[in-house]
Amino acid sequence: MSVAEAKISWINGPVLRASTSDTFRINEAALVGRQQLLGEVIRIDTRELVIQVYEDTTGLRPGDPVLGTGSALSVKLGPGLLGNIFDGLLRPLSGEGQYVEPGAKQTRAAQTYAFHPTVKPGDRLTQGAVFGAVNRPDARAQRCLLPPDCAGEVISVAQPGDYAEDYPVCVLRGRGDQVREVAMSHRWPVRTPRPVAQRIPVEGPLFTGQRVLDTMFPLGCGGRAAMPGGFGTGKTILQETLAKWCDAEVIVYVGCGERGNEMAGVLHEFPQLDDPHTGRPLMERTVIIANTSNMPVAAREASIYTAVTVGEYFRDQGMRVALMADSTSRWAEALREVSGRLGELPGEAGYPAYLSSRQADFYERAAHVRTLDGHLGSLSIIGAVSPPSADFSEPVTTHTKRYVRCFWALDPARAQARFYPAVHPLQSYSQDLEVLREFWTQHGNPQWTEQRRRFLGLLEEQARLERMARIVGKDALPPRQQQVLLCAELINEAFLRQSAFSTIDRFCSPERQIAMMQTLVRFIDLSEAALAQQVDMAELATLPLLRRLRRMGEDIGDEQLDQFDALRRDMEAAFIQLAKRGVADAG
Amino acid sequence: MRADVYAVDAALRLEGPLLFLRRTIRCGLNEAVEIEDDAGRIRLGRIAALDHDTVTVEVLESTSGLALSDTRVRFLGEPLKFAVGPDMLGRVFDGVGRVIDGGPPVSAARTLRIDGQAINPAARDVPREFIETGVSTIDLMNSLVRGQKLPIFSGSGLPHDQLAIQIAQQARLLDADQGEFAIVFVAIGVSYDTAERFRTAMEGSGALEHTVLFLNLASDSSTQRLLSPRYALTAAEYLAFVEGKHVLVLMTDMTNYCEALREVSASHGEVPSRKGFPGYLYSDLATLYERAGRIKTVPGSVTQLPILTMPSDDITHPIPDLTGYITEGQIVLDRELDRADIYPPVKVLPSLSRLMKDSTGEGYTHADHPALANQLYAAYARAVHMRVLASVVGREGLSEIDRLFLDFGARFEQELVHQPGARTLDESMEVGWRLLRMLPRAELYRLSDRQIAQHLAAAVDS
Repeated sequence: MSVAEAKISWINGPVLRASTSDTFRINEAALVGRQQLLGEVIRIDTRELVIQVYEDTTGLRPGDPVLGTGSALSVKLGPGLLGNIFDGLLRPLSGEGQYVEPGAKQTRAAQTYAFHPTVKPGDRLTQGAVFGAVNRPDARAQRCLLPPDCAGEVISVAQPGDYAEDYPVCVLRGRGDQVREVAMSHRWPVRTPRPVAQRIPVEGPLFTGQRVLDTMFPLGCGGRAAMPGGFGTGKTILQETLAKWCDAEVIVYVGCGERGNEMAGVLHEFPQLDDPHTGRPLMERTVIIANTSNMPVAAREASIYTAVTVGEYFRDQGMRVALMADSTSRWAEALREVSGRLGELPGEAGYPAYLSSRQADFYERAAHVRTLDGHLGSLSIIGAVSPPSADFSEPVTTHTKRYVRCFWALDPARAQARFYPAVHPLQSYSQDLEVLREFWTQHGNPQWTEQRRRFLGLLEEQARLERMARIVGKDALPPRQQQVLLCAELINEAFLRQSAFSTIDRFCSPERQIAMMQTLVRFIDLSEAALAQQVDMAELATLPLLRRLRRMGEDIGDEQLDQFDALRRDMEAAFIQLAKRGVADAG
Repeated sequence: MRADVYAVDAALRLEGPLLFLRRTIRCGLNEAVEIEDDAGRIRLGRIAALDHDTVTVEVLESTSGLALSDTRVRFLGEPLKFAVGPDMLGRVFDGVGRVIDGGPPVSAARTLRIDGQAINPAARDVPREFIETGVSTIDLMNSLVRGQKLPIFSGSGLPHDQLAIQIAQQARLLDADQGEFAIVFVAIGVSYDTAERFRTAMEGSGALEHTVLFLNLASDSSTQRLLSPRYALTAAEYLAFVEGKHVLVLMTDMTNYCEALREVSASHGEVPSRKGFPGYLYSDLATLYERAGRIKTVPGSVTQLPILTMPSDDITHPIPDLTGYITEGQIVLDRELDRADIYPPVKVLPSLSRLMKDSTGEGYTHADHPALANQLYAAYARAVHMRVLASVVGREGLSEIDRLFLDFGARFEQELVHQPGARTLDESMEVGWRLLRMLPRAELYRLSDRQIAQHLAAAVDS
């Protein structure tokens, strides 16, 4: 087949038109100009194409050639992904120069990987079947998958050993006796979701080790969450915290239009930290995709799809995958910019009218599935949203809300008091509660649903009382309401606040979350009883023990759960003392 | 480089800063041109769009006086570049990199694209070196780090220039090899006296020979305003990543830059987004701010201290809003504090330094520095909250502890925020501990028992 060719006729920023008489397809990847910049066909007219270019278009001229590649914009998925950093089109950044040069060729270092076949000649393989395993010393074990469009009988398979990722390690005879060679890696178009055998309901949590998330607003494994927040509310820190401590087997972290120094920080920090679930360096389970805010804007649009495709690839190997996208607003802005250059009719706030359907496509790729090969796998998506002026009524946030099951709203007032994670307990929600009751029951807290509701009830009451206290003064509130304020404040300080930088508290196991929750529930019970015994609230509020409660997250680690029993005993004793004094005073 | 390619009598149309030419010459997008009118005056331009028949040139200076006939356009065949060299230090340039101090031209060691190139995130080094600025609200509460971009969000009439000058004069590393430093100051559409004030201050402290000045004054073309920070950052990058110096870039006022961008975007007929600013304001600002940083293989660093005046003191305005999303924190100045004669009038709560966590604490500053800052933040936030309550119910409506916090808030502003002279970090920390001593220990739960025992226990409440 001859290569389709076109000539540039018009250029404006990252968008160009080219005239042609050859056949191009929508979303086909194209090579633009003498430097062969990567682009994608986004619109076709009679004899004219519109192409968005993923790199700096400086120096392009009318008349320069555009070559079709014959295939949709796709990325190479293979064993070399884990532990590395890539640009928005999955081209490696490590080992490249100081600057991101346009026209960099899509090559990956000619590295070899240790391949172990798991099939033998004569085996019949279905689409997406596993035919081998790859073990890298510096990354978790992976499986080799047949491409989802390929099936047949194994003719030959390579002996165990080291091969390049493109080396045909397995030869198949497919339908119509067609022979097909398969390597450890294969290409897949980024905008097409990878097929699965079956989507199944969400089951169990994506456990994050963050109390305000796991206990209050948990995310199901294979679910979708969004965290909107203005600048400085801690979106990135929370995303990084989740990437570090959540119990996924593979993390895909995409920095979409964000800061270069943050990416450098992740690259620096992750290799030094250990995964609390496996004890291996965190970097071994991580793929980083970086399109910083000063890298070409069109590639920012693609980076989200690239990331989700990579996520699906690991999901298809039967793994639990979590995708952190920071930030989806930058992606929406990239859509807006390209749309503006094309002169499309703007919708709300200048965003194109198809913004919401694009967002739906993206979030819908999160799933808990049975893979083509029969394994269970999941891809959870956690997207940060950066609403302008922290206004949650703007289009990106409102559309996102329609497609996610968990909404973690970040609150500037909390962030300003350095109260992190700044998740606002009254604005956030989770729709995965029902399926997670089982999880908490298994870990020893069948009362989780009720206790959680009680916490939220107190926090809501607190918000109402704070408004009232503004008018009448805090001192004028009756004891019952002062007790509510005290308990709510304790829930915030002792439970919801969790330092991402404290080595003890950055990760909180389910057992410790339960112990802390129950300690607080016990306090609430005791304080209600004390109230009934007419204990002075001012005395209760100055109990020295409160300090220990407020600091229990930072002081009592996962290995010292028995200390919570001691704390509870001391608490009970303190209340008995209080009650005695109350009686003595009354007498 | 194809030096002398001219298009004569090719001009078709003039519209705002845009000049449309018949495409008689093969030229590429973003390449530079020089437009010469009949009087021989040369203006710089850039190719903004191209199609089969026409070339759209964005004229980077006033188009006043241009005509369609007798206009010669010289195509430089490459993007705008800036000839940089070590002799730039101590010199004054205009907004497009031309020497204006009357001295000889600068000998060029390199010619660099003014747009710079995106630093490979994998080649970046993590900024970690704490810079002591002598300002407590920055050093103690929102530390500045080499390679950071930390803007000052100010308002018209607030002393942001004074603060910036003070930082430029006082900034130093804690007991480390200082390395060679340099300051790049770029005035973007500011008045002559602002620029002059900076120059005199630098001269007075003897730092002028380490300083490069770029002046785009309020009277200069607004299109040029889009270029001034790019020329300045090109110089900064050269000094940092080629000469190995630690460069502090002061940019004032970024609001003028954004206004100029809006003006130019409107003249292109682009679809506006919020408040008439173009949809790509974020990406465009990022191409400036992201030029701060460190690179693993070279010793130097570029630290940015952009200053912007928030239109009507509104932090949700697109300019501060988008800036805050790109930069690594912000220092917010407050009119109310300024009116109360507190200097520097830093509004602590909305201020933030994102890189503080990587550059303070054990091994960087003082082991208890992060906890102290954290506790001061929590206590001051509570004080501000109490102030709101007290404004309605009065002081008497508060509990005893809440009244203590109220007093803490006032003293915090008077004794820690306000400072007549520079303080070392240790001095700032001492003020912080002293203020915390007036609060009941039980309420200080961001501090560990050890920290309380060590720093607070021995002293008597003052």
